[in-house]
Amino acid sequence: MRAKQKNRLILAVVIVLFVAVSVALALTALRENINLFYSPTMIVNGEAPRDHTFRAGGLVSVGSVQRDPESLAVTFRLNDGVNEVTVSYTGILPDLFREEQGIVVQGRLLPDGTILASEVLAKHDENYMPPEVADALDTAKKIGVTDTDKE
Amino acid sequence: MLPELGNFALILAMSIALAQGIIPLVGAARGMPGWIAFGRTAAWTQFLFLVVSFGILTHAFVINDFSVAYVANNSNSALPLGYRISAVWGGHEGSLLLWVMLMGAWSAAVALFSKRLPPEMVARVLAVMGLVSVGFLAFVIFTSNPFDRYYPAPADGRDLNPLLQDIGLILHPPMLYMGYVGFSVAFAFAIAALLGGKLDAAWARWSRPWTIVAWVFLTLGISLGSWWAYYELGWGGWWFWDPVENASFLPWLTGTALMHSLAVSEKRSTFKSWTVLLAIFAFSLCLLGTFLVRSGVLTSVHAFASDPTRGVFVLMLLAIVVGVSLAIYAWRAPQVKSAGNFALLSRETFLLGNNVLLVVATATILLGTIYPLILDALDLGKISVGPPYFNAVFIPLMIPLIIALGIGPLSRWKQDEFPRLVRLLRGALLGSLVLGALIPWLLFDSLEPMVILGTALSLWLLFTVLLDWFHRGRHKASRWKGMLGQPLGFYGMALAHLGVAITAIGITYSSYYSLEKDLRMAPGDELELGGYLFRFEGVQSNHGPNYTATEGVISVSRDGRPVDTLHTQKRIYTVQQMPMTEAGIDPGLFRDLYVALGEPLGDGGWAVRIYYKPYVRWIWLGSLFMALGGILAASDRRYRLMARRKAEKGVGAKLVTQES
Repeated sequence: MRAKQKNRLILAVVIVLFVAVSVALALTALRENINLFYSPTMIVNGEAPRDHTFRAGGLVSVGSVQRDPESLAVTFRLNDGVNEVTVSYTGILPDLFREEQGIVVQGRLLPDGTILASEVLAKHDENYMPPEVADALDTAKKIGVTDTDKE
Repeated sequence: MLPELGNFALILAMSIALAQGIIPLVGAARGMPGWIAFGRTAAWTQFLFLVVSFGILTHAFVINDFSVAYVANNSNSALPLGYRISAVWGGHEGSLLLWVMLMGAWSAAVALFSKRLPPEMVARVLAVMGLVSVGFLAFVIFTSNPFDRYYPAPADGRDLNPLLQDIGLILHPPMLYMGYVGFSVAFAFAIAALLGGKLDAAWARWSRPWTIVAWVFLTLGISLGSWWAYYELGWGGWWFWDPVENASFLPWLTGTALMHSLAVSEKRSTFKSWTVLLAIFAFSLCLLGTFLVRSGVLTSVHAFASDPTRGVFVLMLLAIVVGVSLAIYAWRAPQVKSAGNFALLSRETFLLGNNVLLVVATATILLGTIYPLILDALDLGKISVGPPYFNAVFIPLMIPLIIALGIGPLSRWKQDEFPRLVRLLRGALLGSLVLGALIPWLLFDSLEPMVILGTALSLWLLFTVLLDWFHRGRHKASRWKGMLGQPLGFYGMALAHLGVAITAIGITYSSYYSLEKDLRMAPGDELELGGYLFRFEGVQSNHGPNYTATEGVISVSRDGRPVDTLHTQKRIYTVQQMPMTEAGIDPGLFRDLYVALGEPLGDGGWAVRIYYKPYVRWIWLGSLFMALGGILAASDRRYRLMARRKAEKGVGAKLVTQES
């Protein structure tokens, strides 16, 4: 019985240690890879982080899409009905990217207030609005430019 | 008239499911043979009504009955017949109807293939499955009825989402659902065993084939989804750590742990409480997956417009299932005594390691998947967790898992000696390390540490599987005869483990050596990538039954010899005016050439993606091996023979559970 209990104890200690280390590593990885979502209004108010990637979403402003004739560089503006931010991106835009479409971009903020996007996401259903974007539009409509209830 | 009959059949099925959930359970508790036998009849009848209901909905799609709201929302008269049939499960309501019908099919299968099981056990299993069916049938009937009508009927339907008009998506949901629902059998067996207080080796043996079959379907479903995403989403990714993908991967990981832990429960009569818990978790994660996909709480590539109020229903269902089953567990599990004793170095320990690693992997992925939802629900901000998190936590867990996977099958039950294992395995270890460095160097002229690791781990699996096979033939008069005379269960395990190696190679090589280029191309422009010359020949118009397309033509040559001409389309589906990219792929065992047309850039120029993806097919090839291995393992005749012998000897011969 003694040997059995000792074995069990060793196994239990090893498993607990292993799980603890995994959890610690997972939490560290989680902290480094969380991207907060900001609406154009929040970005204009200077709430978006300067040194970390984040997500932004809104509607693509009418007439704002400008392409570079030689490369895949493109700039466009995102609005939430009140404020607007400029996004610059190099690459192929998703199929459902178009004016007035709700989209989400991931990227970082440049010193001039432009978002340098590494990813542009549009959803697979044209009637579908990403929940974040719908929420951002609602908030902007309700509170106008004084939205500061998030951090 | 017919759709109302379909609805009526659905309501009848629910009434029968309710009876199936109560009568056999009472019968088993009181020992009333008639009530016990009712389970089988009910399972059959319930399945019959569900098939009728499903058939009527399919019929409505075939004849374009747009007075049925669900048909009008998901089909169109211009949609080809094959897609009209697959559109039955293309939307929320119909896919849930498929869910409950498959649930009925599993119940009927249990009723059919359980002739040799003790009747009380079958009664309890069918009752638990009946109760789960009641929950989902109520969900369909009260919140998502596919037979609701439009009045007046629209002239034509809104068409099936173009993304779903594809063979991959015809097969993906039924496979995935078969897997999800299949875990309800393992779950029902576990609950039935807890209720009956007979948590013995026989219970584990009965659960094993069912669990394996469910796992096979889930494996196929997930890899079909991954394959579909690869060629249909138009950007060549095969896994995005998207919440909905994770939702299917979580039960797969837990189910894999469950299969292995059931093996220990059967062979060594230990780990039993743990196995029951895993069965509960695996099915709960299947329900969670359904909740995540069907509630619309997620921002994901799968987030088609869905109704958030329905989420509350699934969430309640999930809470009831988890709550009740954990309560039963808490009530009954303390009476379970594990008989087996094992040393620190033994096959039990390796399988325990397998379970711990898989469960920790499940937990970390679950954390990354639902953390954003929890924060959002508590109004603490909107966040997303990116793929780097999942890669950072998942890959380090898979490395020790694969190492243990190599040793486990060769180690002895109960107790093994370290020197024996070293003697047995040192050749395989040395070989995989040396060849692991040599092969990437020869193939890609590269010495990337992670690639060496990936190659070495895959070779380690290959060598240990072969070694295990060779080793098993040793006691027989002729080694060949011994090796060929192994039970199917062994070949199944070997194939599935080889599948892991194949998938690992595919993931490693395609992640590290893919060449990807997005660029602007005008007709006549050329690009050299991975030794292939891609020439953009220009675009032409094309059209299908329900779309118009701009088709980019790209010819590929290698050393001046033509290889293939790839056609990639930018389609506009006429009804929804929805654009879609259709990639052009030249598939190969060792590399895929992948092109996709982006948007027009003016002056005849187009944005074009050109990818060279080495070994990407191996990812899905490996999962085919795993599935095939599962099928072999589940058809091992041992399960049938043992079941017969048990039945003859009288169940409970090996009872280790003590009734209080």
